[in-house]
Amino acid sequence: MALEILDPTGEREAVERPLAPRGTTPRTIALLDIRKPRGDVFLDELERLLAERGYGVHRTAKPTFTKPAPADVRREIAANCDAVIEALAD
Amino acid sequence: MSLEVVALIKHDCPVCDQLLPALDEAAAAGAPVRILSQSSEEETAAQAARLDLAAVPELDGELELSARYDPDAVPALLLLDGADERDRVEGLQRDRIVALAARAGATLALDGLPEHRPGCASKTRDPEVAARLAAAKARAEGRIRSRVLTLGGLEDPIEALHDRGLTDGLPVVPPTPERVVAMLEHTRRDPQDVVGEVPPYGAPATVEKVAINAVMAGCPDDALPIVLAAVEAATEERFAMHGLLATTHPAGPAIVVSGPLADEIGMASGGNVLGQGNRPNLTIGRALQLVVRNVGGGRPGVEDRAAHGQAGKVGACFAERLDSMPWEPLAQARGIPTGDTGVTLMALEAPRLILDQLARSPEQLVASFAMALESVAHPRTRLAMDALLLVGPEHGRLFREDGWDRARLQDALFERTSRAAGELVRGADGCAEGIEAKWVTDPGARIPKFAAPDRIQIAYAGGDAGLFSMVFGSWVAGEVGSEPVTVSVEPWR
Repeated sequence: MALEILDPTGEREAVERPLAPRGTTPRTIALLDIRKPRGDVFLDELERLLAERGYGVHRTAKPTFTKPAPADVRREIAANCDAVIEALAD
Repeated sequence: MSLEVVALIKHDCPVCDQLLPALDEAAAAGAPVRILSQSSEEETAAQAARLDLAAVPELDGELELSARYDPDAVPALLLLDGADERDRVEGLQRDRIVALAARAGATLALDGLPEHRPGCASKTRDPEVAARLAAAKARAEGRIRSRVLTLGGLEDPIEALHDRGLTDGLPVVPPTPERVVAMLEHTRRDPQDVVGEVPPYGAPATVEKVAINAVMAGCPDDALPIVLAAVEAATEERFAMHGLLATTHPAGPAIVVSGPLADEIGMASGGNVLGQGNRPNLTIGRALQLVVRNVGGGRPGVEDRAAHGQAGKVGACFAERLDSMPWEPLAQARGIPTGDTGVTLMALEAPRLILDQLARSPEQLVASFAMALESVAHPRTRLAMDALLLVGPEHGRLFREDGWDRARLQDALFERTSRAAGELVRGADGCAEGIEAKWVTDPGARIPKFAAPDRIQIAYAGGDAGLFSMVFGSWVAGEVGSEPVTVSVEPWR
C-alpha cells in the first residue's frame, strides 16, 4: 500500500542566479582573506603575481572565518571588483 | 429549517442492533430519520440483512459526519437543524431517545428495549482512525502545510527515505501525517510558527518542520518542546551554526538539558548518561541534526566539510542530574528561572574521560581537571576554545561537601590552566605548534588557556559509582566563533 509522508525539507526551490557578466580580462580582482592563519601569506603571493601581470588588486577580509561574509563585505567586492579569490589557508 | 434525526451506527455494535429496527421502521414510514453507518458497504449490508431492515443504511463516507459531530459512542442520535446540533443521545437511553425523536416529529417504537444501555465506542475512537482523522483535520485547518510525498506500494519506506537523501545514514521513522500531528499535540505553539532560519541555506524551520524531523529521529512525542528549544538556540546568530556545519573541525551541536522536564520525559542523567539505551537522549540531538540537514540543507561531505567528524554529530544530548548537584544547574547559572527547564547548546567535540581516583579534596581534583582541560584542541592552543566539564557524582561530592560553588570551581580551573609563555612558543620542545615568538616578550608571563573563567562551562551528570568526570572541547569559541546559547523550553511547551 502506498504510504504518505510529510516532506521534512525546507521545500525551497533553488534560486537561479545568472553568472556575472564576463569581460575578456578582469581589471580588478578582490583578494578575500577569510582570517585563517597564514591566509595573508598566500594572498601576499597572489597579489605579487597578479600585479606582475598588470591586474588591479583589492584586498579585503571577513571579520572571522567562522561566519559567512557580512553583506557589506560582499557589496564592497561587487561594487569595486570584477572577480574575487578567497584564501582558504591554515 | 425542519429538524431531522441523524443516527450514527456501526455493524459490530449489539446496542446498534437493538435500536436499528425501530429507526428503520420510522424512516420507512417517512419520518425525518437518517441512518448513517460507520462501517463498510459490505458490513452494513450484512447487518441490514441480519436485522431484516427495510433499507440498507447510508454510509458515513470517510466518517465525515462522525468526525464533525465526534460522538464517543454509537448509536449516537443527533437532532439536527440543518447542520446545527440541537440535542444528542449516545448509547441506548430509551426515554431520552423517544423524546429527541418526537421533537423532529418521529415516533420510535422502543417498547421492550432496556431502559438504559451504554453504547459501543464510535469508530472515530479507534486509535488508528482517530489519528487519521486528526491528521486530515489538521490539514484542512491549515495547521500542517508540508508537501505530501507518496511512497509507492512496492517501496520499503525505510529504504525510500534513505534513497531520497533524507536520513543521516541511520534508518528513520517515516513521518506520516498521523505521527506528526500526534507529536504536535505536545506543544501549544501554532505549527506554522517559525522557530528560526536554519543554516546553511536559511530556510525557515516551522514548528511543523521540526516535528517532522523529530518524528524521523525517533523522538518520543513529549520531547518536542526540547527539540524546538534546541532549534531556537541553534538558529541564533551567535551560535554560528553555519560555520560549525561547514568547518573541517569535528565539533557538532551538543545539547545539555537542565530542569524538571528532562525527568518527566524520561531522559537519562545518571548511569551511562552519554551512552546508549535512552531514547530521548539519543533522539533529541539527532532531531536537531536532521533539521540542519533537511530544512537547512547541510549535508556531510557537501556543505559539512568535517575532516573526521565524530559520533556525537549524529546527535549529542544529555540531561543534568538535579539530585545531589553541588551547584545550580547550567541553564539556571545562565539565566533561566529556577524550576523552568532550559537547554544549553554548545559546539562540542566528543567527550573524553578524566580519571582521578585518588583525589580527596577539591583542590586535588582541580589539578586533574586542569590537566585534561589543557589538552583541548592542543595544549598550546590558547584563548580560542571553550570547554564543557561534565562533573560526575563521585567527583561532585568533594565539591559539595566542601561548599564549592560553580564560580569558585571555574576560577580555580582558570588559574590552573595558565602556562608560562616560554613553554607555549612555536618550536619549543620540537613541537611546531604554538604561539608566534613575536607575541612572547616575557617567557615567564602566564598565558591562560581560556579567555575567561566562565568560558569553562560546567555540567553535572553521571552514575553513582565511578571516580570520573568528562571533558568536551569546543569549536572556535566566543564572538569570533560559536557562543554557547541557553534558552528556556517553557515557551515551546
